[in-house]
Amino acid sequence: MIPAAAFFILAAVLFVLGVLAFFVKKDLLTQFMAVEVMLNAGNLAFLALAKSLGKAEGQVIVLFVITVAAAEAVIGLAIIVLVFRQRKTIQTDELKDLKG
Amino acid sequence: MAELFWLIPLIPGGSSLLLVLFGTKLSRRWVAWQACSAVLLSFILSLAAFIHLARAPHTSPGLSKTLLPWISSGAFSSPVAFTFDHLAAVMALVVTGVGLLIHVFSTAYMAEDRSYARYFAHLNLFTFFMLVLVMASDLVLMFVGWEGVGLCSYLLIGFWFERPAAAKAGMKAFVVNRVGDAAFIIGILFLLANVGGSGFAAINQAAATGLLPAGLVTLVAILLFVGATGKSAQIPLYVWLPDAMEGPTPVSALIHAATMVTAGVYMVCRLSGLYAASIPASTVVAWIGATTAIFAATMALVQNDIKKVLAYSTISQIGYMFIGCGVGAYAAGMFHLVTHAFFKSLLFLAAGSVIHALAGEQDMRRMGGLKKHLPVTFPVFLIGALAISGVPFLSGFFSKDAILTSAFAGGHYVLYGLGLLGAIMTAFYMFRLVYLTFYGEERMTTKAGHHIHESPRAMTIPLVFLAAFSILAGYVGLPVFFGGKADLFGRFMEGSVKTVTHHLAVSTEGLLVVLATAASLLGIALAFVFYRRTPALPSRLASRFPGVYRLLVGKYYIDEVYDAALVRPLIRGAETVYEHFDLKVIDGALNGSAAAAGFAGKGLNILQSGLVRDYALAFLIGAIIFLGFLLL
Repeated sequence: MIPAAAFFILAAVLFVLGVLAFFVKKDLLTQFMAVEVMLNAGNLAFLALAKSLGKAEGQVIVLFVITVAAAEAVIGLAIIVLVFRQRKTIQTDELKDLKG
Repeated sequence: MAELFWLIPLIPGGSSLLLVLFGTKLSRRWVAWQACSAVLLSFILSLAAFIHLARAPHTSPGLSKTLLPWISSGAFSSPVAFTFDHLAAVMALVVTGVGLLIHVFSTAYMAEDRSYARYFAHLNLFTFFMLVLVMASDLVLMFVGWEGVGLCSYLLIGFWFERPAAAKAGMKAFVVNRVGDAAFIIGILFLLANVGGSGFAAINQAAATGLLPAGLVTLVAILLFVGATGKSAQIPLYVWLPDAMEGPTPVSALIHAATMVTAGVYMVCRLSGLYAASIPASTVVAWIGATTAIFAATMALVQNDIKKVLAYSTISQIGYMFIGCGVGAYAAGMFHLVTHAFFKSLLFLAAGSVIHALAGEQDMRRMGGLKKHLPVTFPVFLIGALAISGVPFLSGFFSKDAILTSAFAGGHYVLYGLGLLGAIMTAFYMFRLVYLTFYGEERMTTKAGHHIHESPRAMTIPLVFLAAFSILAGYVGLPVFFGGKADLFGRFMEGSVKTVTHHLAVSTEGLLVVLATAASLLGIALAFVFYRRTPALPSRLASRFPGVYRLLVGKYYIDEVYDAALVRPLIRGAETVYEHFDLKVIDGALNGSAAAAGFAGKGLNILQSGLVRDYALAFLIGAIIFLGFLLL
């Protein structure tokens, strides 16, 4: 039996890795993957809580999150493809039209 | 039907609203019928309520009805409530009766005008506000009517606003009235603070029983009277009325002769308890009235514009009414108000008929010999002129006599003398007008003289009615000379207005009647000598006394004095304030705050790098701080 704390630690490590990857990498696709890692770290935390508290709600929420994440991934990837078609690049340093 | 008396003001009000909203879509015929029948309905209701009141016992407080609560604050409350007592009955009958005839007259007089519906909408609206003023149960609601008629006066003086003179005259009337109304409001506030209510009954009661200190009563009475000098065109605020003649002539007849300008007299009679309680205030009222009566009459002597003569005459006659109120003869003042409403609106409408016949000509120097061209207008005008001159057995004779007799009986001999002098001048300028207009050779320009015609029936029929009233209205208020019970009007008015009656010996009273008759005949005779027998005499006299003549023609240069002393300094002051305060301080503050916002925006601009990572970093820091707070 693996203790619940191990799941939490794993989730925290995954989340921090996601954050780091988001800030270190400069292309949109990798940053997007980093966001997905953070999201799944959150999912893992929910599952760990569901297991340790013996309640089903956490698992239900995870199912919802996975559904929404699927839709979000589609839209996110589509945006990235369109940005690439327009600009021939997905380097975030070069995409700074919102500068005031 | 008398219980429906509260509908009297509301019917013309509703009609006006319809005309304002849909007037341009309605046919002229419909507009005319609707406007006239609204006033006719009001007149019928007034008559019914009047009959109800006349049949009721003498001490009846009259009909009253509270329509809805309006202002209610602490102990003070002022509902929308109407009262139809003896005083209101007389005034409502005048407003709706004369108003009806003038509405009918207007249907023909204004037939060519392109803003037909707007004209009748305003005329109906005026009738509404005037009736609110008349029937209001308390001072605050009366003030609403008071301001409303002022607004309608402004709208109708400036009816032909394309003409700069008309627009300017409307503005002048409005601004001059503001001066009086400022004092009026202060007077109302003093009463509200000290009486605790604004009902006329409460105010009169408080003043009569000595509940209010004497000084306060005098102060309030004079403040309210200053408002009345504005509305009723008395010294020092009379200057707007002659200019108001720029409006259509029926408007001059209704608003600037018969009804609105007499609102001041009505107000004084409404608050007769207050005025009777203060001798100094009454003295001021009487003396302002007498001075105005003489002063305006002298200016009327030399005017050449037919409507201007009538305007100065109106100012002068209202002065007489104030003499009556000032010496405590409120019923006599109201009596003159009623007869004056008939003969002065008759004179104005007949003058309108003359102007109509001459295609807009108003200068009497270019008239003359119209007697044979205008077979209806001439006799009715003559009746009006005889009535206002105080020729015996016409209405003006009885009412003017009632005022002068009361002044004499009260021991105010100087006022009496001034009134008599004014009566001579009144007869003189009226017959000067008659001789210049209807007699002598024709001096018309070819344009005006081209097509002289009598006016259509819609104009002459109201004239005939008004002429009949100008003759007969006097018989409701016969002097005591004819027996103690002869003064029907005075006895009817006792229901709402307490009049001090002085008893004179019959021989004295007879002497006064003879003197008044002599005064009016003397004036007519003088006019005959000056303008009929030796027409060269006026110009000879004018060249003999050039200073006096120029002073009179220049209307004592009062307009110029006001312009130099008040109007121009005010405008210059406003311009100075505009340059130094508006442009620099107000505009400066606005521009400054805009510049500050722009500057702050530029400073904060640095944060907007456009880099996704920077935003994400800000997000991360925010999340960490937030979590930190949650955990600690």
